[in-house]
Amino acid sequence: MSADVQKLVRMANQIATFFATQPGDTQAAEVAGHLKAFWEPRMLTALYGHVEAGGEGLSPLVLRAVERLRQPAA
Amino acid sequence: MKDFIIPGLDGAPAFSDRDFGTPERHSHRTVTLTIDGFEVSVPEGTSIMRASNTLGIAIPKLCATDNMEAWGSCRLCAVEVEGRRGTPASCTTPVTPGMVVHTQTAKLEKLRRGVMELYISDHPLDCLTCAANGDCELQDMAGAVGLRDVRYEAPVGGGMENHFLRRDATGAPNPEWLPKDDSNPYFTYDPAKCIVCSRCVRACEEVQGTFALTIEGRGFDSRVSAGMSGDTFLSSDCVSCGACVQACPTATLQEKSVIAIGTPDRKVITTCAYCGVGCSFEAEMRGDTVVRMTPWKHGKANRGHSCVKGRFAWGYATHKDRILEPMIRESITDPWEVVSWDEAITFAATRMRDIQARHGVKAIGGITSSRCTNEETYLVQKMIRAVFGNNNTDTCARVCHSPTGYGLGRAFGTSAGTQDFDSVEHTDVVIVIGANPTDGHPVFASRLKKRLREGAKLIVIDPRRTDLVRSPHVEAAHHLPLRPGTNVAVVTALAHVIVTQGLYDEAFIRERCDWDEFQHYAEFVAQDRHSPEAIAMLTGVDPNELRAAARLFARGGNGAIYYGLGVTEHSQGSTTVMGIANLAMLTGNLGRPGVGVNPLRGQNNVQGACDMGSFPHELPGYRHVSQDSTREVFEKLWGAVLDREPGLRIPNMLDAAVEGTFKGLYVQGEDILQSDPDTKHVSAGLAAMECVIVQDLFLNETANYAHVFLPGSTFLEKDGTFTNAERRINRVRRVMMPKNGYADWEVTQLLANAMGAGWTYTHPSQVMDEIAATTPTFAGVSYEFLEERGSVQWPCNELHPEGTPIMHVDGFMRGRGRFIVTEYVATDERTGPRFPLLLTTGRILSQYNVGAQTRRTDNVVWHDQDVLEIHPHDAEVRGVKEGDWVRLASRAGETSLRALITDRVSPGVVYTTFHHPDTQANVITTDFSDWATNCPEYKVTAVQVALTNGPSEWQVDYAGQAEQSRRILPAAE
Repeated sequence: MSADVQKLVRMANQIATFFATQPGDTQAAEVAGHLKAFWEPRMLTALYGHVEAGGEGLSPLVLRAVERLRQPAA
Repeated sequence: MKDFIIPGLDGAPAFSDRDFGTPERHSHRTVTLTIDGFEVSVPEGTSIMRASNTLGIAIPKLCATDNMEAWGSCRLCAVEVEGRRGTPASCTTPVTPGMVVHTQTAKLEKLRRGVMELYISDHPLDCLTCAANGDCELQDMAGAVGLRDVRYEAPVGGGMENHFLRRDATGAPNPEWLPKDDSNPYFTYDPAKCIVCSRCVRACEEVQGTFALTIEGRGFDSRVSAGMSGDTFLSSDCVSCGACVQACPTATLQEKSVIAIGTPDRKVITTCAYCGVGCSFEAEMRGDTVVRMTPWKHGKANRGHSCVKGRFAWGYATHKDRILEPMIRESITDPWEVVSWDEAITFAATRMRDIQARHGVKAIGGITSSRCTNEETYLVQKMIRAVFGNNNTDTCARVCHSPTGYGLGRAFGTSAGTQDFDSVEHTDVVIVIGANPTDGHPVFASRLKKRLREGAKLIVIDPRRTDLVRSPHVEAAHHLPLRPGTNVAVVTALAHVIVTQGLYDEAFIRERCDWDEFQHYAEFVAQDRHSPEAIAMLTGVDPNELRAAARLFARGGNGAIYYGLGVTEHSQGSTTVMGIANLAMLTGNLGRPGVGVNPLRGQNNVQGACDMGSFPHELPGYRHVSQDSTREVFEKLWGAVLDREPGLRIPNMLDAAVEGTFKGLYVQGEDILQSDPDTKHVSAGLAAMECVIVQDLFLNETANYAHVFLPGSTFLEKDGTFTNAERRINRVRRVMMPKNGYADWEVTQLLANAMGAGWTYTHPSQVMDEIAATTPTFAGVSYEFLEERGSVQWPCNELHPEGTPIMHVDGFMRGRGRFIVTEYVATDERTGPRFPLLLTTGRILSQYNVGAQTRRTDNVVWHDQDVLEIHPHDAEVRGVKEGDWVRLASRAGETSLRALITDRVSPGVVYTTFHHPDTQANVITTDFSDWATNCPEYKVTAVQVALTNGPSEWQVDYAGQAEQSRRILPAAE
C-alpha cells in the first residue's frame, strides 16, 4: 500500500471510528455523508480504487459507506 | 488634536473622547441633582465628577480617569455641596437626590490653585522640551486652575527637598533624584516627572491585572516602583501592555516613539491585526507616520485596553526586510529577479493557466489569509471558485479552529462563539480548557481576571500550569493537568458527574434540546467507564478534583467555557468541541449573558476567513457547495459555473502535490511551511509544484519554495473589516498608502483579471456590499452601518437589525440542540521506548504565531528563541541542565533548542513555542489530524529529548537552503 493510500485509509477509518459510536442504525450513511461532504473527488476515487484492490486495512463500516456512495443515485 | 475620525456624528456622545473621570455605573434607580444650576439625572452610584461631565462640565482632576475606580488622592477635584461642610472630592463622592453642587467658587479656586502650586513646586518646568508637551494633564490642569505663580522655590544653598533636580544649587547631588528607567524597549519611566497619582499602579492592577507596579515608601518618599527594589521595568513582572503609559497624566511614563517623533496630530480608529480578540485602536499619526497606537475606549472587544503586541509591536510595517517590489524566478533554485507588477502578474497568470491546460482545472488552488480582511478573503475564494474554476480553497483555520466549525455546527447549527466578550462580566464559573489567554489572548485575559478578582470561580483544564492557574489575586479553584490527548475523556467524565449526580438542567434540556438524544447521551456518559476514577490512570487527573470541578460548574451560577487550540488541534478535536457543547447544554449555560461556548480564535480574522467561504466545502455563510440554491446565487452574480464537489484542504493539497496531481498554489498571507505540521512533508509538497505564488510582507519560509513573490500590505495600509472571536465585524482603516503600491485585495484583483475575471472593484466597501447581498447572516452589514455603529456582531439582517451579541437566545440556530456521544479514542500518536515523552506546543505573550511580524520588532527582548520546557525529573534522568542545548526528536524529524527546567509541565510532558523558524518545532509534529476536519494534531507528539552540542544537521541544512533561496539578483543598471 502506498503512503498516500495508507493515509486515506487512516483518515477514513478515523471517520468510521467516530460514527460507529453514534446511536441508531445510520452509521454507514453518516460515514458516506461525511466523505461526500468533505473529501475532494480525487481522494474518493483513490479510496474507491483501494476498495476495488481489496480494501486492505479499511474498517467494515468504511466499506459499507463506500458501497453506498458508489450506488447510482436512485 | 482636532481631526478625529470617529464613527458616527463627530462628537456624538457615544464615541466622545471625553474622560468622565470615574467609571460608568449601572443601576435601575436614577438620581437627579443640580450642578452649577443645571439639573442632571444619572444612575445611582455615579460620582459627582461623572455626573458633572455628562453635563459637559469638566471638574479639574489629576488622579481620576474613567477606566479605573476613583482614588481621591490629588484633591484637585474638590467641589462645594450646599448643606455640607467642607469641600468633598467629586470623584469619590456619589450623587444623592436633590444635591446642589458648585464646581467653581472663590473658595474652590483658591484651594485648587494651592494644590496645583504644591504639585508644580516638585515638578520640572521644562515643558517646552518635554515629550508630553501639549499632551500633559498636569500642564492642562495648571492652566485650568489659573496657576500663575509658584512660591516654593528651592532656596540657594539647599535646604528644601525635591525629586526633580539632579543637583542642588551648591552642585551637590540630590539624593531624591532617580535616573530614567529606559529598560523597556517601548517606553521610559522618568521618576523626576512623577506626581504619584497612582494611576499607573491602578491601571496595572485594575485594567491589566498584573500587579507589577506599586508605590514604594510613604509621604515624600513615595515612588512608583516596578517589581521588587532593584528591578527595572524590564526585569519586573511588567508585561508591557501599555495601560500605565496610557494612564500617566504626565511624561513620567512616555512612549519612546513620541519622544522620538513628537505628539501626533490626528487619530484614525482601526483594528489590531494580531490575535482574535480584535482590539480597537487609535492609530495616532503625524503625516503618514504612526506615532503610537493607543487602545480606543469605545472598542467593544477591548474596552480601552491593549497588550504589548497591538500597542507597541507595529514597527514591522516599516521594517527593512519588507519586500516592496514583485519578484519572479523560473525555478526555486534560481535567485529572485525583481520585476514590474505587470510582468509578475502576467508570469503568474500564464503559469497557472498553463498548469490547468496540462493537468486539468483542479490542478491549482489557493489559500486565503486569516490575517487579511474579510473583503480580501472573499475575493481570494471568489477567484478560486469563479476564475480558477474549482473549490481548492482553504485557510489557516484548517490548522486551528476547523473542528470548532464542525463541532459547533453539528451541535448548535452554527460555527461561531455564542457570546460577546462583555459576557464575561456576568460569569460566575469559567472553564478555560486548552487555552492560555494571558499569553494568546491577553486583553481578554485581563477582562477575565478582572471578573475573577470580583469573585468568579475558575477551572483550568490544561497539561501545563498556565499563568491563570495562579497569579496575583487569581487562583484557579481547580486545575486539571491532563495528559495531552485525553481531552475527550476528561470532558466526558465531567458530564458523567453532572449526569449521575443529577446536576443537569432538565428544564433547559427539555425546552431546547432533542430529549431522545439527551437520554441516549445520558445513558452513555453514565457508564462507569466514564467516571473520573475510571479514567484517572489514562488522563492523570485526580478524580476528586474532577468531581469537584464538575459540581462547581453545574451549580456555580452562570457557567462559561472558553477554549483554544489545545482543544481543536487533536485527532479528536471535533469530538472535544462537541463534548464542550454538551457540557454547556447539560448545565443550561447558553442563550444569556455570562454563559456560553467561546472559542478563542488565534488570528485576527480567523472567524472572518471562515465566514467568507474560505473552506473548500463551503461558500460564504457556511453553506455547502453541493446546495444548488446557494451556488445559483453566486453563479448568477459571478457569471461562472461553480463546482458542486468539495475541493482540497491544505493537507490534501500537499498530498496531491506529492502525488503529482496538484501543481499550482496562490498563498495570501500565510506561511504554511513554518506553521503547518510535518515540515518535511510540506516542503516536499511545495517543491513538487510548478507555480507557487506567495503574497506576503516578507520573504517567509514558504517563499523559499515560491516562483512568484507578490508584496503584501499591512493593516495600516488598507481599508476593510476584520471579524473577531465574538463575531464582531470591526473596521480596518487605511492610515498610510501601501508601501508596496497596492492593498492585498487589489493584488488579488490584478491576478484574477490577468486570468480573465474582468473585476472592477474600486473600494472594499463594494466587496462588503456583495457579501451582504449574497450571505444572509451579513445582509444588514455595510460600511455606512459600521461608520454609524462602530462595529456589529453577525448575524446582522432583518431578524437581527442591530446584530447579535448573544446567540441562541430563544432557541438554537438549527432548531433543537444536539447531544452527541463523545467516545474517547486514543490518538495513534503514542509514547514508547523510543519516544517516551509527549510534546505539546503553544504561544508566548510577546511573540505572535510564526513570528514574521513580532520577530521584526523589539518584542524579541522578551523571547529571542524558542525553548523547551521540561520537568526537573525528566531533565535529571537525561542529565539536562537549565540552558543546555537539547535534541528534540520524533518519528517525523528532529531539531535542537535550549532547555528550560520547570515544573509548570508535568513529568512526561514537554512544551515549546513555534515562533522562530530556526527552531522549526513543526519539523517534529506529525501528519496525524482531526478525524472530521484534518486539523493537524499539533498538541500531541511522542518525542525523545537528549543532550546535544548545538543545532541539528537539519537546522544547518535548512538555514543554508533558506539563505540560497532568498537571493535576489541586483537590479539591472
